[in-house]
Amino acid sequence: MSTVTETKNKMNWQQLVRGNALIPVLAVLTSLIVGGILIALSSQDVLDAAPNIFSDPATFFSSLGNSIFGAYDALFRGSVFNYQADDVFKMFKPITETLAFATPITLTGLALAISFRSGLFNIGGTSQIIFGAIFAGWVGIYVDLPFYIHLPLAIIAGVIGGALVGGLVGLLKATTGANEVIVTIMFNYIAGLLLTFFLKTFMKAPNTVNPISPAVHDSAKYPLLFGVNTRLTVGFFLMIAAVVFVWWLMNRSSVGFKFRALGHNPRAARVAGINMGLTYVAVMAVSGALAGLAGTTQILGTEQHLTVGVSASFGIDAITVALLGRSNPWGVLAAGILFGGLRAGAATMQAEQGVPVDIVLVVQSMIVLFIAAPPLVRAMFRLGKEAKNEAF
Amino acid sequence: MKLELRGITKRFGALVANDNVNLVAEPGQIHCLLGENGAGKSTLMNVLYGLYQADGGEILIDGKAVKFSGPGDAMAAGIGMVHQHFMLIPVFSVAENVILGHEPTKALGFIDIAEARRRVKEISDRFGFDVDPDAILGELPVGVQQRVEIIKALISDAQVLVFDEPTAVLTPQETDELMAIMKQLRDAGKAIVFITHKLREVKEVADKITVIRLGKVVGEAKPTSTQEELASMMVGRAVDLDVNKAPAKPAGVKFGVKNLTVFNHLGQKVVDDISFDIAAGEILVFAGVQGNGQTELTEAILGLQTKVRGSIELDGHELVGQSVKHRLDYGLGFVPEDRTLDGLVADFSIAENLMLDRSDRKPFAKGILLQLGYLAKFAAEKVKQFDIRTQGINQRAGSLSGGNQQKVVLARELARELRLLVASQPTRGLDVGSIEFVHEQIVATRDKGLPVMIVATELDEATQLGDRIAVMYRGKIVGIVPADTDRAKLGQMMAGVAA
Repeated sequence: MSTVTETKNKMNWQQLVRGNALIPVLAVLTSLIVGGILIALSSQDVLDAAPNIFSDPATFFSSLGNSIFGAYDALFRGSVFNYQADDVFKMFKPITETLAFATPITLTGLALAISFRSGLFNIGGTSQIIFGAIFAGWVGIYVDLPFYIHLPLAIIAGVIGGALVGGLVGLLKATTGANEVIVTIMFNYIAGLLLTFFLKTFMKAPNTVNPISPAVHDSAKYPLLFGVNTRLTVGFFLMIAAVVFVWWLMNRSSVGFKFRALGHNPRAARVAGINMGLTYVAVMAVSGALAGLAGTTQILGTEQHLTVGVSASFGIDAITVALLGRSNPWGVLAAGILFGGLRAGAATMQAEQGVPVDIVLVVQSMIVLFIAAPPLVRAMFRLGKEAKNEAF
Repeated sequence: MKLELRGITKRFGALVANDNVNLVAEPGQIHCLLGENGAGKSTLMNVLYGLYQADGGEILIDGKAVKFSGPGDAMAAGIGMVHQHFMLIPVFSVAENVILGHEPTKALGFIDIAEARRRVKEISDRFGFDVDPDAILGELPVGVQQRVEIIKALISDAQVLVFDEPTAVLTPQETDELMAIMKQLRDAGKAIVFITHKLREVKEVADKITVIRLGKVVGEAKPTSTQEELASMMVGRAVDLDVNKAPAKPAGVKFGVKNLTVFNHLGQKVVDDISFDIAAGEILVFAGVQGNGQTELTEAILGLQTKVRGSIELDGHELVGQSVKHRLDYGLGFVPEDRTLDGLVADFSIAENLMLDRSDRKPFAKGILLQLGYLAKFAAEKVKQFDIRTQGINQRAGSLSGGNQQKVVLARELARELRLLVASQPTRGLDVGSIEFVHEQIVATRDKGLPVMIVATELDEATQLGDRIAVMYRGKIVGIVPADTDRAKLGQMMAGVAA
């Protein structure tokens, strides 16, 4: 019976989005272990010592230990706390880097988490970040206002930009039944190419051939929290506020209740009088608004010029972050900080230990793999089958 | 082949699903396993089929102990299972479905589809199944799909056939046909185990009856026992199978449908120019074989069907063209046919399900702020009032038994200020105790002076619950007759013969 299998598929997909909190932790742990193996394999010292493993095991194991410990030590020092630095400010700088990266990643992760919990698979984080950045950038670059109006206005513009792109996807789904996965993926291309077009025409900075916009006015920039030489801005607090807001919206408001009802059982939601089309638009607009906010932390914070790389890979990383955080706002925050740390530490790891940055990408990808295949993690850690809470 | 289950015990944590259960299935006999939902029937069969390992007891075939570690072993030993939800692939042909898992092959491993077709045809002809081996499974009626499952069991030469709640998905006619098939298989020397909670079916085919309650065998019954005797064994107390209701006191017409036509998404007429009235304090039951437009009619009343012509008037207020939300707010109570799919959000708690239709307004929300304190109070009250058996208001609705799920739906719908109650197959798949409760609630709603519309597929329910019966056939109303019209006459009407 097709309806039965449909419900089952839906359940599996919902399990992927939510489900056991132990799995993500174990997935990260396993990925770091696999990452360690790859680090060892990429170390010339280890490879040199390997043929003599039986005659000179001490050298082999010490080089193995040194390469893995050295790499993760560098990762730690680049992302959390640099105990080798010569002054206190530099010691704590890495954590600010981590949180600076974590800000847009977490915001976009929250955006996607809302859509996932509402049963919509928003892959369009990239397009929504880009439009958020274009709108915020426009206000920040071409409008001149005092600080206390300029920054809020630019932020609001960015949020609206993201919400419009997201809401448009919802509208297309509501009116034509278009699949949001395909539409959002296509929107990512459209947004990226439109941005390139803008940067080559009317948003291009004078006196350069590169596709880059003029700088955002100082009055529209997020204030830095720890002064020059750091990148962590007030945007971080907006991100924390967004985490609380998403938790409140989904768990304490009637709007979030409808979102969740739609996500868990759209048919029952419809029978209960919930306007599906309107809810699709609302979910995607709220989702887009959060990704748009992520765009503002880029353009008004860390980047300050609009370039084609404004969304970095945050739109895609956020999918992993939302899944890793089980679409729960606090989980997304934890996952976002983890990913921020991996990004911040990767550079130090490469500079000091010669470990390719790509190892971090591999670790991130392994995390996705292990989350997407919970039975794999369960088998490795002998967790046994997931307890079924069903009447029989 | 004689199958014997001896002292089977199966525990899930603290719960004992099967407690020292004995069952013997002999060739040429139909052995009914009768019990309410959740009594442990399906668990027992899953143990037999190797899907669960028993914690105690043994399975014997012709007196020899056997051990099954999976369905493959059970099949190889000659046990065939016809599942409640068919384990078939809708896009495959009948022949392809039947051979799936043990495909006959030619040289080089090519599937010998001609051989498969021949085998299907042979079995179909031998038992008069009338199944076309080349038909695409998904396009066949449910009853025929079930015969494909039976063929699938027979083709691997099963001697013991287990039918797990096989009639839950069938229309009355299809049920009759299945009963005939079961008798035929019995006469061909097969041992049949028939799991059900429907008393009429047990009475019709059983040679032997074992009644199971709360995981234990409570006794054997004779096929000559009355339905009341069987029901009280099953439930553990005296049960009144008749619906107790005073004669209706219909007041003026409250609900009227005029010249209603509904088109489905393919543009076909599924409800064809229907008109009827329901008075205040009256139950009108729509009887008929499933799939004759009853579902679409109720959906049109709720507003789920959008291609609608004609008029639906409640208390002088036109509903056609209004949103679902508007109709619910105006006082339409709706119990959908498929409660798990349309009535509940399985992953939501009982409390959340109870406010599904009113989550955005007082008293459940102030502005957009949910009033969780009020919800908890409201839910606790409803759980008590409707006797919903649960560990608490935060239990997942999906983990409740069917009867308790239906109570949640009813509690929600009846909590609003209603002008009309529409319930589609309100007792489908429920156990005897829950059916009694649901019927009481429906009659009580009528006695409050509301018009009530019920869709029923079982004639017994229609005649007992209804004050009048409307019979639908191919989207039209064949006739509206008093509830005491005799069964034969109603049966003819269900086949399209005008009253």
